[in-house]
Amino acid sequence: MKRTILAALAALAMSGAAEADTIKVGVIGPFSGPFALQGKNFKAGIDAYMALNGSKVGDDDIEVIYRDVPQADPAQSKALAQELVVKEGVQYLAGFYFTPDAMAVTPLLEQGNVPLVIMNAATSAIVTKSPLVVRTSFTLWQTSTPIAKVAKDAGVSKVISVVSDYGPGVDAENAFKKAYEAVGGEIVEAVRMPLATNDFSPIMQRIKDSGAEGVFAFLPSGPTTLGFVKAYNENRLKDAGIKLFAPGDLTQESDLPALGEAALGLQTTFHYAVSHDSPENKAFVEAAGKAIGNPAELSFPAVGAYDGMHVIYKMIEETGGEQDAQKAVDAVKGLSWTSPRGPVSIDPESRHITQNIYLREVAKAEDGSYYNKEIQTFEKQGDPGLAALK
Amino acid sequence: MQTVFSIAVDALAYGMVLFVISIGLSVTMGLMRVVNLAHGAFAMIGGYIASYAARDMGLGYGIALMIAVFGTILIAIPIERLLYRRIYGAPELTQVLMTIGITFCIIGIANYVFGPTLKTIPLPTGLQGSVDLGFRSIATHRLFAILCGLAVAAVLWYAIEKTAFGVKLRAAVDNAAMAAALGVRTEIVYAVSFAVAVGLAALGGVVGAELLPVEPYYALRYMVTFLVVVSVGGAGSIPGALVACLLLGGIDTAGRYLVPEFGEFFFYLAVIAIVCVFPRGLAGRTR
Repeated sequence: MKRTILAALAALAMSGAAEADTIKVGVIGPFSGPFALQGKNFKAGIDAYMALNGSKVGDDDIEVIYRDVPQADPAQSKALAQELVVKEGVQYLAGFYFTPDAMAVTPLLEQGNVPLVIMNAATSAIVTKSPLVVRTSFTLWQTSTPIAKVAKDAGVSKVISVVSDYGPGVDAENAFKKAYEAVGGEIVEAVRMPLATNDFSPIMQRIKDSGAEGVFAFLPSGPTTLGFVKAYNENRLKDAGIKLFAPGDLTQESDLPALGEAALGLQTTFHYAVSHDSPENKAFVEAAGKAIGNPAELSFPAVGAYDGMHVIYKMIEETGGEQDAQKAVDAVKGLSWTSPRGPVSIDPESRHITQNIYLREVAKAEDGSYYNKEIQTFEKQGDPGLAALK
Repeated sequence: MQTVFSIAVDALAYGMVLFVISIGLSVTMGLMRVVNLAHGAFAMIGGYIASYAARDMGLGYGIALMIAVFGTILIAIPIERLLYRRIYGAPELTQVLMTIGITFCIIGIANYVFGPTLKTIPLPTGLQGSVDLGFRSIATHRLFAILCGLAVAAVLWYAIEKTAFGVKLRAAVDNAAMAAALGVRTEIVYAVSFAVAVGLAALGGVVGAELLPVEPYYALRYMVTFLVVVSVGGAGSIPGALVACLLLGGIDTAGRYLVPEFGEFFFYLAVIAIVCVFPRGLAGRTR
């Protein structure tokens, strides 16, 4: 029954689109609640893209419809996606900050004949769930793998891994472990901390006792990273010469003013730094900063959303506004362009974004603010996580 | 052996931070019999004011702390007169619904005014860095938090058990009508106690900010922990809350050091066990 209704409405939406007037894009993300900042970044990225490239593709007007899922909630995410496809008649679904939310929506795509462009959710497996998924963000495997080489090059051969105990944390741990052991390093211990940890002193003590020369850490960006970095300094791990290696979630730009001095000199690997030096990024930061209101709140989800819109515009262009999900996805396979983060392309095989990963160091700018300074580039990184899935 | 000492030091520091923040809630819940779920929100307001005073206006840490405590009390006075006064003695469900409503309003306002990013309270140079204890080092501001906790415990215990005001407060709590008949102005007693509880929340919010960073969802994020401390310690008991904080801090810290994979399992297991054996908390009063 559900299938027939969906099919009928999809057909209706298709006939509507043929007249070439308004093409709707449904974006699901956290626009209120504890993760509202990330949703705000989605919106800033999308607004920036539309401000720079116009809100028309050919003769078709593009309209973006937002739906709010404040915290990871697969059931609500699925219900809202269904509503967007059936009632609002969206031709494209996009957004998604959390993996479970994106996973819940993948079964709808073929029935609804809509492609899904993921702007953040960073678990490798999502793209395998449906051939209609394209991702423009990153995966933890992608950002955590290069840091292993950095650690080895820094002369550290014994590392303790410390991650938050949830999906992405486990991904980060596995990615680092695999890459680090491949270059001959040794993981002396792997600790998984509860997500709700406030006091990191005991963890720091454990790191000290493990006898490791370095620590690999992953925590979701937000309040806990502050406690972690402070505890790292206060327990004198830095002075003891234990180096900290982490993917860039730990030094997200919007957290840097709070981290301040404590984060100075921290090295992380990530796909995007707001400070990235290129004309494309300059234009993006200006437009997105205007869209978000306070430029200090700008962070990585904005660039995922910006490139997500680029992919959707390309899809609309190639399909001439017709609703044909498979054709739209096929059209962007192998697509390459210059993003604010640098040169990127959509891998035709995995439909995940291939991009440069940068090693950055937190530095102090002349005006006293802190930023991630790019010091090394790992070119054209794919997603090693997909190979690990097989 | 060194590990044991190390865990003990961390447990003491964490427990005392918990104590400073939770004790105000213990006062409102135990002595005033109000289930105040907006306690975390008042702690957060204190944190925001201190952060604004110290970071944006460049005032000293001590002054910022004072402004935070008194500023929060000033904000709380109209809330007490207009809203809380109606729910003294009301059924607990009514109190829960109203205070959680206040919490959400405060979260919304904080998000609107200060934005969703983390706010820090810059420490004075004297509290920065760490102190060497011989076998390990500990952050100076944690020592400060421990001292604050001890001072608050001593002053509160003295005020409630030894002063005339404490006698009136206890009388008003046990039998408000009889106390009023004997000439105790219960309204004023309640208003003062509420102000003290809110001031303590603000103090905790500022002192604990290094551990629990200030952001709009602070008000809800740590509320469960505060409630657990009060129910384990026994609402209204200063020594009870102190023991509960040290015990829970110890269990949490040891669990986190030895078996972090279990998450908060041992913390809540201990809570269940204690509440089973002492349904009113370790030092709860019978009603």
